[in-house]
Amino acid sequence: MALPSYTETRYRIWHYIYIAICTFVFFFLIAPLFVIFPLSFNAEEFLVFSEGMKNLDPDAFSLRWYKDMIYGTKNPWGLAAQNSFIIAIFATIGSIILGTLAALGLSSRHMPYKGIIMATLISPMIVPLIISGVAIFFFMAKVGLAATHTGIVLAHIILGTPFVVITVTATLSGFDHSVTRAAASLGSNPVNTFMKITLPLILPGVISGGLFAFVTSFDEVVVVLFLAGLENTTIPIQMWTGLREQLSPTILAVATCLIILSTLILISAELLRRRSERLRGINR
Amino acid sequence: MSSETKQILTTDGIPLEVSLKKAEKKNKIKAFLLVAPLLLFLIITYVFPIGEMFSRSIDDKMITNMLPKTFNEMEKWDGQELPPEEVFAAFYYDFKVLVEKQEHGKLGQRLNKEKNGFNSITKKLFRQVKRKKIDESIGIKEQIMAIHKRWRNVEYWQAIKRTAPPYTMAKYLKGMDMYYAADGSIVQVEEDRRIHRILWLRTLEIALLVTIFCFLMGYPIAHLLATLPMKYSNLLMICVLLPFWTSLLVRTASWMILLQQQGVVNDFFVMIGLVSDDSRPEMMYNKVGTYVAMTQILLPFMVLPLYSVMKTISPSLMRAGKSLGGTPFVAFWKVYFPLTIPGIGAGCLLVFILAIGYYITPALVGGASGTLISNQIAYHMKTTLDWSFASAMGLMLLTGVLVVYWIYNKLVGVDNIKLG
Repeated sequence: MALPSYTETRYRIWHYIYIAICTFVFFFLIAPLFVIFPLSFNAEEFLVFSEGMKNLDPDAFSLRWYKDMIYGTKNPWGLAAQNSFIIAIFATIGSIILGTLAALGLSSRHMPYKGIIMATLISPMIVPLIISGVAIFFFMAKVGLAATHTGIVLAHIILGTPFVVITVTATLSGFDHSVTRAAASLGSNPVNTFMKITLPLILPGVISGGLFAFVTSFDEVVVVLFLAGLENTTIPIQMWTGLREQLSPTILAVATCLIILSTLILISAELLRRRSERLRGINR
Repeated sequence: MSSETKQILTTDGIPLEVSLKKAEKKNKIKAFLLVAPLLLFLIITYVFPIGEMFSRSIDDKMITNMLPKTFNEMEKWDGQELPPEEVFAAFYYDFKVLVEKQEHGKLGQRLNKEKNGFNSITKKLFRQVKRKKIDESIGIKEQIMAIHKRWRNVEYWQAIKRTAPPYTMAKYLKGMDMYYAADGSIVQVEEDRRIHRILWLRTLEIALLVTIFCFLMGYPIAHLLATLPMKYSNLLMICVLLPFWTSLLVRTASWMILLQQQGVVNDFFVMIGLVSDDSRPEMMYNKVGTYVAMTQILLPFMVLPLYSVMKTISPSLMRAGKSLGGTPFVAFWKVYFPLTIPGIGAGCLLVFILAIGYYITPALVGGASGTLISNQIAYHMKTTLDWSFASAMGLMLLTGVLVVYWIYNKLVGVDNIKLG
């Protein structure tokens, strides 16, 4: 952002103020995440930087909270992680299947009542989670699925499908329908055409929608708080209880692992987005 | 007729128009069948349950079923003077059934909500019925009135009459700090007990201010991201996307660490001499914490729509504005800013909708003065177990959100939501 040499002084000043504001905002966005890393290696039990840590004394750092997270007696993280992954994986699969089918239908120009149906399908993303939580809880309690994995998976499919619908519809918006017609004219049946032609082309959109659904499920706490029993505890529930009750540095160790996980997801989402743009022929 | 002679036929002799319509219909059904599984799933597990919240919130059938004879007789009573013997007798026989089913306690609690003092007089009546002290062969009215003076007070009978309809709006009134008075009119609760109104206003205030903060912080960086060369902006975009993908609880945890009294922010303030070490300000468990944490958490939802709009604005427009004699400020204000309004609308509405229903972050960093309406709903769902009141409040909140959603849909269109 070099300024042209003829810029007047007052605009120069404005420009530097603008850069300063932007730097501050970027710092505000990203810095809070980095405070967790060093503190998770704290040798002491408090969530503040000890004198030793400020002086970079090696004795002030330790891996004890990571050990506690993995081997600690009576610690809930193992079960929570297992539950979280199982629930998130099934919820993602369900969201992908239902969401992709719906997106295919919605992208057809023959679709009747497109506006109202789209609004209904997206609504779980817009309706405040607390209301979704109450409504889904009433339903699951009535059909006897409260405090079961199945109930939570179904709830997370509800919350996850809007993301799949949005990303796949976006991918399909640049989709060249003549390729499927070409396949049909060459004698391919619709299922075959979908598996061999359409799916590979929209796959980046499907997967990135799936990533959203996965993260939504993996990070979801409001609805799970209503639905989960002791057996169905998840990582977000454990973090929630931990943050409310005893704020132990083990939580920071878990948080560090979650940040690493989200970095990996971010990288894959970025790569997918670029691949999708390449496939759709959008060049920038 | 000319139209028939002009009609084009397909090879099998069917008019082309009919054949096309048939094909069109087939395509419509095909498209609809693809959407149907998800639509059906959502309607059963999501849309209906929300509707059920509504029937639950106005449901008052319990007492209607408890006192069937009484309400039947009460239809003939004008509600001005003490009710006649028949009403007393009907009430007595209804009550006797409830005593046999051991449900008289529920009736007392329900009536007590309608008018204070019912709980004790139904208990007194219960003891008389249990000991079979009431002689059914003579006038029941006199005997009931003798049990307690409140049974002689017409206001208590009016209160019973008011509970007759199987539906009530009482929970909605309660959500707005109002209630039904003895004569059935709607009155407001005393000034110092209007807790819900404070919560609604606070929710609105926090959602609006967070939206404004997000706009003020998001606009400059979205502009920077959209105007920088690709290789730099991609790098900076990570600063927006990494928090976006990171767990909400992790981000809230990091703010709890930063804002606590011995936390990094306070350390920094002490270091630069802004505050002294022994008077560190409380920045968490109050509104400040809620504002700061929610702004950071929702900022990506402002930046992403703004960025996607700004990306489409050609830089030559600004140059044209300047070359036509506008100063950079004029060019920005008259050319660039109006073009970004769709993005501003999308971002602000998205952030506002998300902020107004926020629950987790305010509950953790907000303390007592930072709690929102969502926290109140959760409290009634989990602690007081007043599910119908929680449903009523939830639907009031939902109505507000749907209005904003509708505006959003009109202005931006839900299919234009961009993610990442």
